[in-house]
Amino acid sequence: MDFDFPNPVKIVKRTAREFAEGAIAPLVEKMETGGEFPKALIRKMGDVGLLGLLVPRNYGGSALGYLARTVAVQEVSRVSPAVGIALQVHHMQTAAVLDWGSKTQKEKYLPALCRGEYLGTVAVTEPTGGSDLLGMASTAKAEKGDYVLNGRKCFITNAHLCGAPVIVVKTGEGSRGLSAFIVDKATRGFSAGREEHKMGLRGANTGELIFKNCRVRAGNLLGDEGEGMKAALKTISEVGRPGMAAVALGILEAALEEGVKFAKGRTLYGKPISNLQAIQWHIADIYTEAETAKLVCYRACWLKDQGRECATDMVMGKVVATEAACRATRKALDIHGGCGSMLEFPIQRLWRDAMVCVSAGGTTEIGKLVMSRAALS
Amino acid sequence: MKKLHSIVCMKPVPDPSRFDKLKLDPATLLLCRDQVPPVVNPLDRNAIEAALTLRESRGGSVSVLTMAAPSADEQLREALAMGCDRAVLLTDRAFAGADTLATARVLHAAIRKLGRFDFVFCGAWSADGSTGQVGPQVAELLGIPDLTRVFQLELGRGGLRAHCRIEGGSAVYECAPPMLVTLDKEANVPRYAGMVGIRKALQREVSVWNAKSLKLSPKEVGLEGSPTKMLNVYTSPVGRKGEILQGTPAEAGKKLLAQLRKAKAIA
Repeated sequence: MDFDFPNPVKIVKRTAREFAEGAIAPLVEKMETGGEFPKALIRKMGDVGLLGLLVPRNYGGSALGYLARTVAVQEVSRVSPAVGIALQVHHMQTAAVLDWGSKTQKEKYLPALCRGEYLGTVAVTEPTGGSDLLGMASTAKAEKGDYVLNGRKCFITNAHLCGAPVIVVKTGEGSRGLSAFIVDKATRGFSAGREEHKMGLRGANTGELIFKNCRVRAGNLLGDEGEGMKAALKTISEVGRPGMAAVALGILEAALEEGVKFAKGRTLYGKPISNLQAIQWHIADIYTEAETAKLVCYRACWLKDQGRECATDMVMGKVVATEAACRATRKALDIHGGCGSMLEFPIQRLWRDAMVCVSAGGTTEIGKLVMSRAALS
Repeated sequence: MKKLHSIVCMKPVPDPSRFDKLKLDPATLLLCRDQVPPVVNPLDRNAIEAALTLRESRGGSVSVLTMAAPSADEQLREALAMGCDRAVLLTDRAFAGADTLATARVLHAAIRKLGRFDFVFCGAWSADGSTGQVGPQVAELLGIPDLTRVFQLELGRGGLRAHCRIEGGSAVYECAPPMLVTLDKEANVPRYAGMVGIRKALQREVSVWNAKSLKLSPKEVGLEGSPTKMLNVYTSPVGRKGEILQGTPAEAGKKLLAQLRKAKAIA
C-alpha cells in the first residue's frame, strides 16, 4: 500500500497552505468579530484555482480530484474553518452541475464558479430539517412551460454570496417527487433572507433563500424532473460530507499545533508543561485523533477518485473526523487551562468551529444510520 | 525583438518551516533528508518569479534545472505549475556528495546543452547549505558576468538594472545579457503554483540528463570532483564570559584597552 500523496496532491497541499497563511490568516480576526465573509477573497480563491478543483479544464477548472480537494480544504480550514466550509459547499455546486447539468448549463455556470464571480451552494435544508428530504415544503409547479417556485430554504451556507444556486424543491410526491433547479439570483421573486449568527464558523455566511412566485424556465432544471432527490443525496454524500470531513481535518491539525505550542511555551513548576505526563497524554490523544481521521478520510476520497463506491466511506470519514475534532479541540482547550477561555487564543475558536461541523452535512446519528445499513446489508 | 531565454537553477531543500525536525546522521555527517519533506528552495522561487516576470514583459521562454535525486520531479513540476516552460532533472549516482564546485560543473554543462540563453537566475543561497557559491561559480564557468544578492530588478534598454545588496549598503548595476543573477527575498513576491498550473504540469515532460549525456567524467562530478572535503560537523558552543573591571572609569578604561590589545581585538 502506498500511503504517500501523489506529487500533484503534495503541490496542491503546499499551495493551499501558502495561500491560507498568506491571504486568509490576516482576515480571520475580522471574520470572527464581524461574522462576515470577506467577499474579496472569493476572486482570490478563484485566481489560485481553489474554486475549480473538481471542474475539468475545458470549463475553467483543474479536475485534480477528491483527494486533492480534501487536502486543499483541510489546509484552508487549518487557518480558517469558516472559509473551509464556504469553499467545500461551493465545490458541492460545481459537482452537482457537472454530474447533472446540461452542456449549456455547464458552459454558463462552471467557468463563472471557477473564476469566483460568486460562490456556489446547494440548497436542500428547510425549517423541517435537512435529513428528511421528503418532508420539505418548497414547491415548483409547472406552468405554461415554466416552473414557479415557492418556499424557503434555511441554514444555507453561502446564501448571501451565491450567484446561481442549486435549489431542490418538490415537484410531485415520493422519492421521484423532488427536482433540482439552478436559479439565478437576479430572478424576480428570489431573495436571500435572514442571515444567521452562529456560535462557530462565524465568518462563514449562513442564511435563508426565499422564493415567492419565482418563475424559472424549464431549462433551469438540473437533470430531469424527479431526479432532485438522487442529485441531492449523491452531492451531499460524496461531496458535502467529505468536504465537512476536510474542514474537521484542518481543525484537528490546528488543534494539535495550538496544543503543542502552548504546552511547550507554558511553564509550571519551573518547566514547560509539555514535560508533565498528564499533558503528554492529551497531546498523544490529539495526535492520534488527527492521524486516524486522516487515514479514513483520504481512503474514502481515493475510492471516489478511482470511481468506486464510496458513500459509506465518505460518511464514515465525516463522522470520524468531526467527532474527533470535537474531542481533540476539547483536549487542546484543557491543555490551555484558563487561557483557553480567552478570545486571544485560537483554541476556543477551533473548539466552537468543531462543534458546528458535527451537524453540517448530516448529524453523527444520521451518519451512523447510513453506516449501520451498509454493515447490516 | 529577440525572444529571451531564461534559465533558472533550482534546488530542493528540506522544508525550512520544519528545520527543527532535521537530524544529522552521526555516521555519514549528512542531513537525514527523509525526515523532512523537500520543497523548492525559497529563494529559488524568487528566481523563478524573476524569470517569469521577464518572460511576461518580453516574451520568450523559461527553463528550470535542478541537480538532485529523481524525487526532485515533484519540485520541478511545481516550477512548471508556476509557469516555467521546460524542466530538466540532472540526476546520476555519480553526482552524489558534490560540493558547490562539482554542482556548478553539472549545472554549467546542462546550461551549455540547453543552448542559447540570455539570463541565468538562481536563489542567492540555499536554505540548507547557505554557501551562496553555486551561482557565481556557474557564472565563472560560463564566462559571463554575475550580479549577486539582487533585491530589485528592472529591464532597461541596455539590459538588466539590478540593485544588489552589498556589505553596509547597496549598489546599482546595469548589465547586458548573457548574465547570471542571484536573487534575494525582497526581489519579488513569488506567485502560487495555481491548481490549473498543477494540472498542466502533470501532462508535461521532465527531461532527465545524466553524467554521460552531459559529457562529464566521474572526476569532475560528485564526491570525486569536489575539492572540499567535509571532515566534521558539530554544533559550536555558544557562551559568554563576563568580567567586571574594577577601579575608577579611567582605570577601568585602561584595563579594558590592555585586554583588547592582548586579545588582538585592536592594534
